[in-house]
Amino acid sequence: MAMNHTAPTSERAHPTPARYTAIALILAVITVVEVAIVYTKFLQPVLIPLLLVLSATKFAMVAMFFMHLRFDNRLFSVMFVGGLLLALAVIIALMTLFGVFFA
Amino acid sequence: MIHASSPAHPAPVETTTGLNNRKLLMWIFLGSDCMFFGSLIATYLLYRGKSLVGPYAHEVFNIPYTSISAFVLLMSSLTMVLALSAIHRGDMRGLKVWLLATALLGTVFVGGQYFEFTTFVNEGLTLKTNLFGTTLFVLTGFHGAHVTVGIIILLSFYLVAARGRLKPEQHLNIELAGLYWHFVDVVWIVIFTVVYLTETPNIVT
Repeated sequence: MAMNHTAPTSERAHPTPARYTAIALILAVITVVEVAIVYTKFLQPVLIPLLLVLSATKFAMVAMFFMHLRFDNRLFSVMFVGGLLLALAVIIALMTLFGVFFA
Repeated sequence: MIHASSPAHPAPVETTTGLNNRKLLMWIFLGSDCMFFGSLIATYLLYRGKSLVGPYAHEVFNIPYTSISAFVLLMSSLTMVLALSAIHRGDMRGLKVWLLATALLGTVFVGGQYFEFTTFVNEGLTLKTNLFGTTLFVLTGFHGAHVTVGIIILLSFYLVAARGRLKPEQHLNIELAGLYWHFVDVVWIVIFTVVYLTETPNIVT
């Protein structure tokens, strides 16, 4: 049996270079905001949740657009997000075991 | 329909999943590397604030300096994706330019990390000084090693492309290198926030 058809790796077209540049600019702006809020006194009570949200946003944007998870087959996302969730579970479990949350 | 194949352009093979096995393997590797870095970040967080002697985090960190390093690595993700875009268009000159730019930005990042480590050591913080030093150097050192491996991969592809031995049909090689490179970028996004930004003098209790 001849097996010469291309195995599909992508489902939708990738962004254009201009779109990639726009995404990088947004990421740069978020980084500037992250650093700025660290030095903003009135935001100190909500600093850590704010930083985590901004960091998660940057992470998701790079994974979705630069790593093409938004455009590729869902199985790739399952493999990556599966490892990511296990990593988060390890962090939370270890911190709980060591009494970080319930000192 | 039968296509001609050659060693340079092997005929694509049918897979069980219908997906390219090399790409799937790369994603599985990145998923497992998430767990590797997850355990290192967890260790850092567990021993945070438990050092009995200094120097402490807020005494040695230079947030503006590290922010520039983070920005450099972030921009290297842009140049990497532009390299992939170039090979998709068959623009081999663009591919070489963006691959070299990515490797250069990566080298600036690693050089910056080397300078930062040297500064820490000069201020009395080594791998053995305290728990902060041990967990910080291990976490950021392993990340730096990942970036260094990425630079070697990028320069290897640059040399292959410069010799005219990389064809537009072989774009998957660049895509896989790009996935690895973006991964080291997202890991730094997490480290930059969890290790550096949350350790500033204003919020240390």
